[in-house]
Amino acid sequence: MSGAPVVEVADLSKRYGDRTALDGVSFSIERGETFALLGPNGAGKSTTIEILEGYRRRSGGSALVLGEDPGTAGLAWKARIGVVLQSSTEAEAATVRELLTHVAAFFPDPRPVDETLEAVGLTDDARTRIRALSGGRRRRLDVALGIVGRPELLFLDEPTTGFDPEARRRFWQLIEQLKAEGTTILLTTHYLDEAAALADRAAVVAAGRLLAIGPVDAIGSPAARVPIVRWRDADGRHEERTEEPATLVARLVAAAGGEPEDVEIRRPSLEDVYLGLIGDEGVA
Amino acid sequence: MSAGAFTPGRRLRLGAARVRWEVRQYFRERDTVFFTFLFPTVIFLVFAAAFSASDPVGARPDGTGGITVAAYYLPGLVAAGVVLSGVQNLGIAIAQERSDGTLKRLGGSPLPVVSYFIGKAGSVLVTAVVQLLLLLAVAHLLFDVALPDDATHWLRFAWVFLLSILMATVLGIGISGIPRTGRSASAVIVPILLVLQFVSGVYFTFTDLPTWLQDVASVFPVKWVAQGMRSAFLPEHFAAAERGGSWDLGTTAVVLVAWTVVGLVAARLTFRWVRRDG
Repeated sequence: MSGAPVVEVADLSKRYGDRTALDGVSFSIERGETFALLGPNGAGKSTTIEILEGYRRRSGGSALVLGEDPGTAGLAWKARIGVVLQSSTEAEAATVRELLTHVAAFFPDPRPVDETLEAVGLTDDARTRIRALSGGRRRRLDVALGIVGRPELLFLDEPTTGFDPEARRRFWQLIEQLKAEGTTILLTTHYLDEAAALADRAAVVAAGRLLAIGPVDAIGSPAARVPIVRWRDADGRHEERTEEPATLVARLVAAAGGEPEDVEIRRPSLEDVYLGLIGDEGVA
Repeated sequence: MSAGAFTPGRRLRLGAARVRWEVRQYFRERDTVFFTFLFPTVIFLVFAAAFSASDPVGARPDGTGGITVAAYYLPGLVAAGVVLSGVQNLGIAIAQERSDGTLKRLGGSPLPVVSYFIGKAGSVLVTAVVQLLLLLAVAHLLFDVALPDDATHWLRFAWVFLLSILMATVLGIGISGIPRTGRSASAVIVPILLVLQFVSGVYFTFTDLPTWLQDVASVFPVKWVAQGMRSAFLPEHFAAAERGGSWDLGTTAVVLVAWTVVGLVAARLTFRWVRRDG
């Protein structure tokens, strides 16, 4: 059991009437891994994650989550997963601590409420009514509700939307802590730097199909990862891709007889690779 | 601590936790407290005050046994309270929970659906009992309405009340699937209940309605809840004014049980944590 993947998806498809939302998506997630699902709006990220959470039924293919079919799995299975949904407006009259304490009681072995509040940085808001929370703090509560059951597998659907930069950094630390505890994480996000910072592997989906999958520092074609050198001279701006950027820069210095203007060496970030992939796909 | 913890005892324990949660949330929402919780008492006050100078109603031919208009309206408003707390309030609340994400969250958690239902039924019972006590206190203390003074009538009241609460809860769960959104829930559910109250003898004397309308209303449960409450709260000689000349408690029991079964089947077939997309 411990060697089997936590999530195993093969040829997954989903149709709504005659519209195909997912078309033959396959991937697996190993225990302890953090896996990011990337793609533009409407690409099929949320459909995929909701099928794996048990909220939607698949039209075809197979899906195993913690060894069970999420479409039929029971309460004992639900106790092993944690779900952070896109934001809701529930339980507005309750306080943060009340809702968290109430939900914790559903789980057989919950994380202590105080510890959970501390982890998401809501200790000072424990007695605040939920309707009085700011958007970012409301989101932290969503995360707290997702982790209070001490899940083996945590689903994070766009967890940091609406966070300020400091709150995002703090959230990243929390994810690192959960990873250190051995939690397997499936993450969707619009922030490529977030995926690069947190994920071990990533998959890019667009128009319901899987375009690329791999470690975050190796995803995409080798050509997409070739460093880019940019500079400016009397003829204007230049850009060249080369495996030997330092050599190119040395040549530029020699040719110019001094420092070239605005010289820059870039190793393509996950975002560059991602935009290349999405661009190749064409704006359908 | 693991799978062994998913026992029937756990369902009950979480059901009790849900009852406490639901009741506390209910009384924190001031608008629901005012519009559904206080509604029967407010309407009673309006009727009782408006007709406070009227002659007694329902006197025997010899002129004895008449009661005040306030006393005459009390059973109808007790019935209205049950129907409002159960079907209307619950139906709207669940529809709103479906659209605000509450049900989605609960559906993704290991909360048993039975515990959720226990929470709803328990909170309806608690709110209906408190609502009833307030209404009876106002009627008795402010308008001197006589309450039943023997065990037979209180027993009658108890079974009609409890059976009505159970029925109203399952019908509320069943009806919650009709509105497409939480926003439209009040607009869809309130008129249904309002019409039923008007044709079921809650606000008007049932036998004053045209016969065909009495026939239609007799298919639905509100008429029988109201009649059952009259049998508990009104003097026995008022039975002669009922349609069949008696309280007809046997039929009341059968209709309430039948609608409970209908509600259970509807709740079982239609209740989903999230709207399925096929």
